[in-house]
This record gives sequence, C-alpha cells and structure tokens, in this order.
Amino acid sequence: MDEVMIAALLVATLRAAAPLVLAGLGELVCERAGVLNLGVEGMMLVGAVVGFAATITTGSVWLGLVAAMLAGAAMAGVFAVLTLGLAANQVASGLALTIFGVGFSALFGAPYQGHPIPGLASVVFPDLSRAAPLVQQVLLIDPLVWLALAAPFVVARFLDRSRPGLILRAVGESHEVAHALGYKVLRIRTLATLFGGAMAGLGGAYLSLAYTPMWTENMVSGRGWIALALVVFSTWKPVMLALGAFLFGFVTIAGFQAEAWGIPLAPNLLATLPYLATILVLVLISRDTLRLKLNAPAALGKPFHPAG
Amino acid sequence: MASSARLAPPRLALRGIGKRFGVTVANDGIDLTVAAGEIHALLGENGAGKSTLVKIIYGVQQPDEGEILWDGVPVTMGDPNAARALGIGMVFQHFSLFETLTVAENIALGLASREPIAALSGRIAATAARYGLAVDPGRPVHHLSVGERQRVEILRCLLQEPKLLIMDEPTSVLTPQEVEGLFAMLRRLAAEGCSVLYISHKLAEIQALCDDATVLRAGRVVAQCNPRTTSPSHMAEMMIGRALAAAPPRVQSAPGAAVLVAEGLSLPAEDPFGTALRAVSFMLRGGEILGIAGVAGNGQKALLAALTGERPAPRAEDVTLAGVPVGRKGAAARRRAGLAAVPEERLGRSAVAELSLTENALLTGTEGDFAAHGFVRFPLLRRFARGVIDTFKVVAAGEAATAGSLSGGNMQKFIIGREMGHAPKVLIAAHPTWGVDVGAAQAIHQALRDMAAGGVGVLIISEDLDEILSLCDRIAVLHGGVLSPAQAVGTVTIDEIGLLMGGMAHAA
Repeated sequence: MDEVMIAALLVATLRAAAPLVLAGLGELVCERAGVLNLGVEGMMLVGAVVGFAATITTGSVWLGLVAAMLAGAAMAGVFAVLTLGLAANQVASGLALTIFGVGFSALFGAPYQGHPIPGLASVVFPDLSRAAPLVQQVLLIDPLVWLALAAPFVVARFLDRSRPGLILRAVGESHEVAHALGYKVLRIRTLATLFGGAMAGLGGAYLSLAYTPMWTENMVSGRGWIALALVVFSTWKPVMLALGAFLFGFVTIAGFQAEAWGIPLAPNLLATLPYLATILVLVLISRDTLRLKLNAPAALGKPFHPAG
Repeated sequence: MASSARLAPPRLALRGIGKRFGVTVANDGIDLTVAAGEIHALLGENGAGKSTLVKIIYGVQQPDEGEILWDGVPVTMGDPNAARALGIGMVFQHFSLFETLTVAENIALGLASREPIAALSGRIAATAARYGLAVDPGRPVHHLSVGERQRVEILRCLLQEPKLLIMDEPTSVLTPQEVEGLFAMLRRLAAEGCSVLYISHKLAEIQALCDDATVLRAGRVVAQCNPRTTSPSHMAEMMIGRALAAAPPRVQSAPGAAVLVAEGLSLPAEDPFGTALRAVSFMLRGGEILGIAGVAGNGQKALLAALTGERPAPRAEDVTLAGVPVGRKGAAARRRAGLAAVPEERLGRSAVAELSLTENALLTGTEGDFAAHGFVRFPLLRRFARGVIDTFKVVAAGEAATAGSLSGGNMQKFIIGREMGHAPKVLIAAHPTWGVDVGAAQAIHQALRDMAAGGVGVLIISEDLDEILSLCDRIAVLHGGVLSPAQAVGTVTIDEIGLLMGGMAHAA
C-alpha cells in the first residue's frame, strides 16, 4: 500500500464521517438542552435536497449550504412550535418530522434526480483534477471536513467552559430549577433545537453537494439515525461523538476497499457493516450504565409548562 | 405592629396581595411587613398560601392584586432576576440544584455576574468560611448530603449580598445539630442587617428564632404575634383555626411475637444518586411501633423497596415475615403473607390519580373476596371504599371520586384506611404525614396507634424526628445505608439521635 492509497483511505474516512459529526453535534446540543428530536434523518434529507436545488438555481454552492441550513432550521422550527410551544410529545413529533422529510425531499427533489454538479472540493480548488495524486487527496479535505474536525472541540468548549453553555446544560438538567432561577427555558430550548436543525441540514447538504455531488432519493440512508445513536453512545460528549463518527466512516471505506481488493463480501453485509460496527463498539464503550445515567440530560424529552 | 414604630420604611411591605388559580383563592388581601434585620416567621399549614405568597415575593408568580413595597418604594417583580436584583435571595424547600453540576457551577447559575468559575470558587470559599458553611466548590452536587446541599443554596444567596433572605421550611431535612448551626448563621446574618423571612409550621423553632410572626390560614392573614411571648398552643390554634385535642396516652400492649425481621440485609443502590443498604438488621414485634429515623437519601428508598418486595433481597432469609423467609419473594407474595405498605409517594406508588377510590381500593385487595374467580365484585368493593371514607372522615365526593381530586391529607387517610382494611400482620409506612395538615396528621397517627394496639407490627420510616419520637416505642437510625440498633424512645436523647443521623456516633 503506497502513501497515496493511505491518504486516500484516511481522507475518504473523514469525508464519510463529516455529515455524521455535523448532524450529531447539532442533535447533541439540542439534547443537552433537554429536547429529543428524532427528526434528524428528515432534516438531513430536506437539507440535502434544498441545498442541492439552491446550488443549481443560484449557481453557488455556498448559497446552497446556507439554504440547507435554513431549511434544516425551518424543519426544527416546526418541531419546536409543536413540542415546545404546544408541549406535544417529542418522540411522536420527531418521528413525524422524519416521515415528512422523507416524503417532502422525494417530491421536491424529483426534478433534480440524477443531475450532476461539481462537488464542493472542486469548487474550492478548480484545478483539482490536474493536481498530483497525493495533493489531490489533501485538497479533497474540503472546508466542511475541516469544520467537522474543529467543531467537536468548539462545541465541547462551549458546553463545558462558557456561561451560555452552562445555562444550556442546566436547562437540560432540570427545567423547573432553571425556570425558578429565572432562565427562559423555552427560548433556550428553541435556540438549541434550531441549531440542531441547521447542523442536520448542513450534514445533509454535505452528502448532496460534496460527498456524492448529486441528488438521489433517500440518499441520507439512515445516517440521521446513526447520528442519533452516536449522541447517546457518546454519553453526550462531543469529542467522543466525533470519534464514533470517524469509526463509522472508516468501516464504510474499509468495506469498499476490501471489495476492491477482491475480498468476497456479500453486498448486503457490506452495506450493513458500518452501522453494525459503530453500534457494537459504542455499546461496548458505553457499557458503564452509571456514566450513561450521570451524563444523560435529566430532563431529556420531558415537556415543560411554565407556571403562570 | 412592631415595625410601624420604626422611622425608616420597612425593608419589605406587602399591601393587599391577592392571587387566584381558577376558583381556588391562594392569597386574599395579604398584608405583611418585614423590617431590616428582622427574622420574621410566616406560619401556616400546608395549603394556607405560604408558598404562593413567597413565589410572588420572589417574582416566580405575579399577584392578581395588591402592591409590593421595597424600602418604601413600590416595585414589580416580573421574574426572579428582578427580585434578585433588588437583593432578595431564596432557599427553596425542595432544593433547586442541578445534580450533575458542581457546587461552583450551581452557584454561578444563580448569580447575575459573569465572573469566571475559578474566581467565583475563591469567593465561595471565603463566604463559606465566614458563615461556617463548609463545602467544596469543585464537587458535583449529587455527592453532597442533604445538609450540604442546603449550604450550597444558602451560599448562593449570600454571595449576592442579600437584603432579604427567604427560607422555605429549611429544617425539615436537617439533623438537630445542623438546625443549631443554621440558626446561629441566620442570627448572625440578621445582626448584619439582612432581613429573614422564615417559613415553617414548627412552632418551637419559630419561638427560638423569630422576632415577629404572621399567621396565614386559608389564604388570609389571621393573626400577627410576637412568637417569644405567645404560647405554642395558641399559635397552633391560630394556624389551624380550632383547638387541637391532645393525643390520648398510648396504651402499651405486651409485645407479641416477631412479625418482621431483617437479618444482614444488603442491597446495592439502584441509581447513581442512591444509597446502598449495608447489613441492615432489626426485629419488629406484633403490637409495637418501630421508627426508623434518618436524613433523606441515607437508604430509606432502598430499605422500603427491599422490605415491601419491590426489589427482592439477595437471599430469602434476609427478610422474614411472620416466621416465613420472604427475601426472594415479590410484592404480591409478601402482601398475601400479611404485609401492608404505605409508600412515600401517594400518587404513583400507593394510588393511581386517574382511577376512582373504589378502583384504588382494589389495587391492594385483589387476593381477597373482592376479585373471586377473576371477576371484580364491585358492590362489595364499593362498600369497602365507603367504609374507609366514613371511618377515616376522608373528605371526598364519594367513592366514585378520582384519587387525584383529593388533597394530600385525605388521600393519605384513605390509603392508610385501605391498608388497615386488609387486616395485615405488618404495616410499613414511609413519611405517613408528609405534606399532610395538622388535623389529618393527628388522625393518621391515631390510626397507626390503634393498629399497634390491635397487635399489628408497625414500622415507620420518617425524616420527621418529632413524629417518630411522639409515635414510636423504639427508634433506630439509618445513616449511609447502615441501621443503628433500635433503642427504646424514652432512653435516648435527641442529641444522641442527632449524632447518629449525622453519622458521627458509633456507640449505642
């Protein structure tokens, strides 16, 4: 195996993990504030299709990314109105959000199906295809991958060290106490939910604009659920979540690589492997139920009615 | 009024405060004056409107009518931040702390300033030393004892240099020694000029601590008095609205055979904030009342679960009920063997809020005549429920009323009546009068005494030391999951019990 190949493997791993890191971090912040949004898959799909459509319409991939974040946040906004404003059940509302996202993205994306566009990396570096192989691999680490590498540390620092982060954790820990201390529980939770939606939209758009630059129906294919699982198994720790996402990316790429080397693997097994491996490893890591209970936001998924 | 003689305007004055929730009048035309440096008692039964009034003062709720004057100036407390900005601090009855956060983080959340945690920790340590409130700023709150948690709450208030400190039933969770420390701290604070609004229904404490007292009943101010010169029985009368009959002396029956025995009972904690039981042993005889005292969070939950069968014990011989080892048996089997239990949470563990009283009566009576051949015999059940309601004077709209519609005291009377109706050999009651008004508490205590007189073994698990001392024949103390040997109530002093509750005494 030469260095180009190793570089290719590593870069492909990072690229496969980036959407999980982005969407997962959004959900993590949302859950630390006490809101359980199971609509990640739906928000990613809508982000993917809206980002793609906006890129084709405006001709700018950057505007596409912004549109994807707004679309994800809009979906989360609907969720926030239902669960925070009207105190609807979070689990049911989140599932409905995913079902809606699947249907809406298929309908809205039908005209764009199979329409090729240049990927994010070749937009940033137009001479990508003429670069030397090793340089080409390095340049494939596009701005969103860099973001996915830096964001876990930024989010961890925000949650653990900053005052707004402390308030956010406090709201997720006990909304009654936070309310009694005079914090605006619903406003803080709404902001966290919108952030989660925007990050899910961005993660979805990474798939349609950078990872495989085109729109295909249901292209998120369960990554939103993996992002949700990563949040729990990482025991709500941003850096752990990123490590889990990189593991998922690595197994995905290693599977393809094994196929390329002629190692016989049933295609179904190959498709299942990353999900299986990620869940398995994370379950083993988070076996310690004590730590899981200590880190879990105590008010997660519980509706809050401020008393008049 | 004592404060009217002073020249400066009072620190806090309420004029005609009213608050309604639907048809319920929580506060009605309440006037209250607290002078600077005064310790003022707010006295009243559960449901008298104390909590609502305090929430209005602290800005958690808005009054429907009336005005609040602060240093003589009318103010509006839109939210707790506004109250804190004026210099009002509050220590809640149910602690408002975040379990997983550290002491310093918890305190930072209660302060308006944005100083970094490191600098704050220094200030916390300094203030803690000044008032004798030792606590480590870096520890997570779930590692702290109940007394330490209260210190964190108080520190959070003191760091804001309050001019008025509100204490809501602060001593119900403390050992007698901790209460002394708290009083010394409050007196020092008052001497420095801070006013204290002290909410309680414990008359002896109010007499020892407070300069002035306002008595609330059914949402209105019924009296204002000087607690140092007013007799406790007179204050109790004002609080309840009628004279309280003295409890008849307990008829001591000859202790019968052992009905409930725990032998080296150990049980791991169920959750990270719980306490494990460590080799708990005691023997309860028929006809006696054994009290288990202790500060909350010292293993009471695990002990109750292990005795009732909610969580089976590791070995069958850990728990013996009427001579039969039942340690591995579940709750239903133990009930069949003659055990009745009244858990702490009325709605959720003892009764279902949405079901009628008749249906709730069935919950623990499925083995008897009520459900012969798998069919519920509703006429019989209704008669049983009606009997309980009549015998215990439960205030309810008949046996078809839902459990959720009853007040806490009436629900508790119904539950105890239901358990007594099944003619148990052993009755376990946890905090039987928690949140119950004085009249109902007296009725419940009398029912428990009557049961013991009838030969039933009664086990009381309670944080209220006064309750245990007045009710029980023998007392044991649970601390850190270890149970002290039981002693006859007459032979042990409050100080000794307090030391055991604080885990500081090993002699017994």
